[in-house]
Amino acid sequence: MITIEIDGKSCQAESGQMLIDVADAAGIDIPRFCYHKKLSVAASCRMCLVDVEKAPKPLPACATPVMNGMVVRTRSDKARAAQKAVMEFLLINHPLDCPICDQGGECELQDIAVGYGSDVARFQELKRIVPDKNLGSLISTEMTRCIHCTRCVRFSAEIAGVREMGATGRGENMRIGTYIENTIDSELSGNMVDVCPVGALTSKPFRFTARAWELQQRDSVSPHDAVGANLHFHVRRNQVMRAVPKENEAVNEVWLADRDRYSYLALQADDRLTAPMIKKDGVWQTVEWETALKFAVKSLHDVSCQHTSAQLGALASSTSTLEELYLLQKLMRGMNCQNIDHRVRQADFSDQDVAPLFPYLGQSLSDLEQLDTALIIGSNLRKEQPLINQRLRKATLADRGLISEHVKANMMAINPADYDFNYPLKAKITDPSLIKALASVAKALGADIQAESCENGQLIAETLKNGQNKTLLIGQFVQNHQQASVLKSLISTIGKLSGSKIGYLAESGNAAGAHLMGVLPHRGVSGKAIENKGLNAQQMLTEGLKGYLLLGLEPELDSRFGATALETLKKAQCVVSLTAFKTPAMLEYATVLLPIALFPETSGTYINGEGRWQAFNGAVSPAGEARPAWKVLRVLANLLQVDGFEYASTDDIRSEIGSFHLETPIADNSQCNPLPNTFEIPTSNELQRITEMPIYAVDAMIRRAGALQKTTDAQKSTGIVLNAQQFAHLQGHDKIDVSQNGQTFELTFRLEETVPQNCALMFGGQMLGNWDGFLTVGES
Amino acid sequence: MSNNVVDYLQRLTLSELFKGMGVTGRYLFEPKITVQYPEEKTPLSHRFRGHHALRRYPNGEERCIACKLCEAVCPALAITIEAEPRADGSRRTTRYDVDMYKCIFCGFCEEACPVDAIVETSKFEYHGEIRGDLVMTKEKLLAIGDELEASIAANRALDAPYR
Repeated sequence: MITIEIDGKSCQAESGQMLIDVADAAGIDIPRFCYHKKLSVAASCRMCLVDVEKAPKPLPACATPVMNGMVVRTRSDKARAAQKAVMEFLLINHPLDCPICDQGGECELQDIAVGYGSDVARFQELKRIVPDKNLGSLISTEMTRCIHCTRCVRFSAEIAGVREMGATGRGENMRIGTYIENTIDSELSGNMVDVCPVGALTSKPFRFTARAWELQQRDSVSPHDAVGANLHFHVRRNQVMRAVPKENEAVNEVWLADRDRYSYLALQADDRLTAPMIKKDGVWQTVEWETALKFAVKSLHDVSCQHTSAQLGALASSTSTLEELYLLQKLMRGMNCQNIDHRVRQADFSDQDVAPLFPYLGQSLSDLEQLDTALIIGSNLRKEQPLINQRLRKATLADRGLISEHVKANMMAINPADYDFNYPLKAKITDPSLIKALASVAKALGADIQAESCENGQLIAETLKNGQNKTLLIGQFVQNHQQASVLKSLISTIGKLSGSKIGYLAESGNAAGAHLMGVLPHRGVSGKAIENKGLNAQQMLTEGLKGYLLLGLEPELDSRFGATALETLKKAQCVVSLTAFKTPAMLEYATVLLPIALFPETSGTYINGEGRWQAFNGAVSPAGEARPAWKVLRVLANLLQVDGFEYASTDDIRSEIGSFHLETPIADNSQCNPLPNTFEIPTSNELQRITEMPIYAVDAMIRRAGALQKTTDAQKSTGIVLNAQQFAHLQGHDKIDVSQNGQTFELTFRLEETVPQNCALMFGGQMLGNWDGFLTVGES
Repeated sequence: MSNNVVDYLQRLTLSELFKGMGVTGRYLFEPKITVQYPEEKTPLSHRFRGHHALRRYPNGEERCIACKLCEAVCPALAITIEAEPRADGSRRTTRYDVDMYKCIFCGFCEEACPVDAIVETSKFEYHGEIRGDLVMTKEKLLAIGDELEASIAANRALDAPYR
């Protein structure tokens, strides 16, 4: 520790720390544009010039390391003159269009110009004009406003990990852009809007709709991935206008994935359900809540009377809040029915009794940055968990990959397709079945199994063995695999033999909550085993029941069973759907539609992948007649005469949940079925189907966020992807016929190197056959 | 004693009455300043703050760019604006309401306007016949602007030397 003096105030600092950090910590304000605490130092804007004693000229505070006994003045005449001069230069080319600029009112340049600028402009010449660029559906540009701070350039290179932005030209001719005409396709691109200190990069969906001073800020938590990113909703006249990140170093740092940032657009979706609807004599009609609830209760009651309550089933979306999930299972179990599940994408339930308590990350999110070895298994991590991937990138690359390619951590991946990672991988295996690859790694580590060796299997095993702080991360491909239990046994064995932690990448922001609340057919709240087990999601959606209660779920799109689920639901006597949207499919199978609030409209709690409880309040009131799902469930329970549903608020429900003492849940991720000695890998001479749940189709809200659906990632998640070499002969065709299990679909296709030979990559969230198995393709 | 005598004489001769009648008589023959409204009207200052209007540029383009500064400055919260990008990409209002029931005619809106779009005209004779008539919409305000553009421009020109 050394001591320096800033503006007469004595400050403690680490040797080598930058002056601006020390000043920030001491609460001394130094103006800046290019400096950002999460990005590398550029020292290009010169706004932070300060007067350092014994230095002949003013020095930039962001690039000046502190030295013992340094005396700094940020407000001396010399510093002021320097700051004022820099401000004058910056304003030479900056247009005076604050009234039509979306950044107006929250603009760093505006604020600092008032504080440090001159009151008259001496510049009489013409200002520079820069043509705007089309950066895609999320970011709009006014490049004339750019002050060349290069924060967006550094963000894309250092945090997003793709060099999508850059500067060309020098001096007056410098331009920030995408080099060639291109869109910004990073899954973290929205953050560029936040880092831009001026109005050069602004949010496209938000464009021109509101001003900063009209907005009220409300906190919330995003449910779209395992991170549970903290965010602020900016609300005007009871409408969410935009979402911005809420700083939380332990969870999302200062970033948001685009999914979290733009999902609010679904609140205004065209197919939003705003009033209860019932199907009477085959005709849909909009009715009062009372009528709808009575109708729903009668329908459910009829099923349990005419048949048994075991003919009822409840399926929930794991983006529902903890309170809603708790009430759902309490209601169903109160009706003596154990058919309740949320694992609609899972195919293998054979190890459910020994499975971990919840999909636990195995460590905290910030621990991921300390890893020196990690094996990512079955995950397109960049798209599946953008912020977790960002942490791993940070762990891997020294200096964020900017100054050198020096690798701090050994990252490895075993994936069904050769997915792109934005950091170097030490080793990777592309194996569509995953079993062969994992078995070879397990065998190389000394497991007593019969397995062929895979290229890189030995290398991965050795790297894992040599690592100190190491983890195995289990992605969606493993969790939704047809032989998931075998994969998990192999992973557990690898974990044990190599001494690695095992971490699950939960599919959504409250998958952990759904497990802990016992939205499972075989476990109650806090994992208590249930004696007479109910049916799991697969059985419910394929075998068929008489009555269904759906909570925020669109089984035909959310589940892996697609068209089969739709057929099953259509056959049911009654389907009571608590939903925020109405779809044509829903109108076909449902009997009652009860409109519920989405997460920005209700209070609740989410438990993220690391077991962190995050409670939030509603930012706006529910659309139309919609009500928070917990209230709907409460009234349903009252009308069904199930006891114990006297809740006045979500706090009441939460305090009841509190009695289970799950505040800091931990799961033993090594729990699994015993490891088989040999492995059965299905083979065929047809193409093996690999199904990925695409980034912008993971839940009902995301599917309705218009701006996200126009991104390149969303556009690319349709049709079928085939190996480029194997299917080179298909080049020139528009569409091909894809046949699976006797069904044929005509699909658009792409050819890529990333998909292995004899494989076909398809996407979930559509009704296109079985997620696994084999298929053939032919010219249409 | 003498006071009583003076009082008595004044009352007896009705001198107070004649003094008053004298004033009346003088004004009877002086030039009249009463204006016979509505046939006659008083002159108005060019700074008179009357009914609002939205102006256009000579080429017909509306001036308002939806910066919402008038909405922010309005002390009576009488202005409500909604905006979105127009088809040509420019920033325009989709709704511009001035609630004349709330307006206190302070003139801050025209002071705040960076493009001289919202102005207070010399028009002060208006009425509403049904509830809501005096919530002036964008269309109504633009129509008033179009109608009174000549007088608005003249008033602005008169005030220009003082700005």
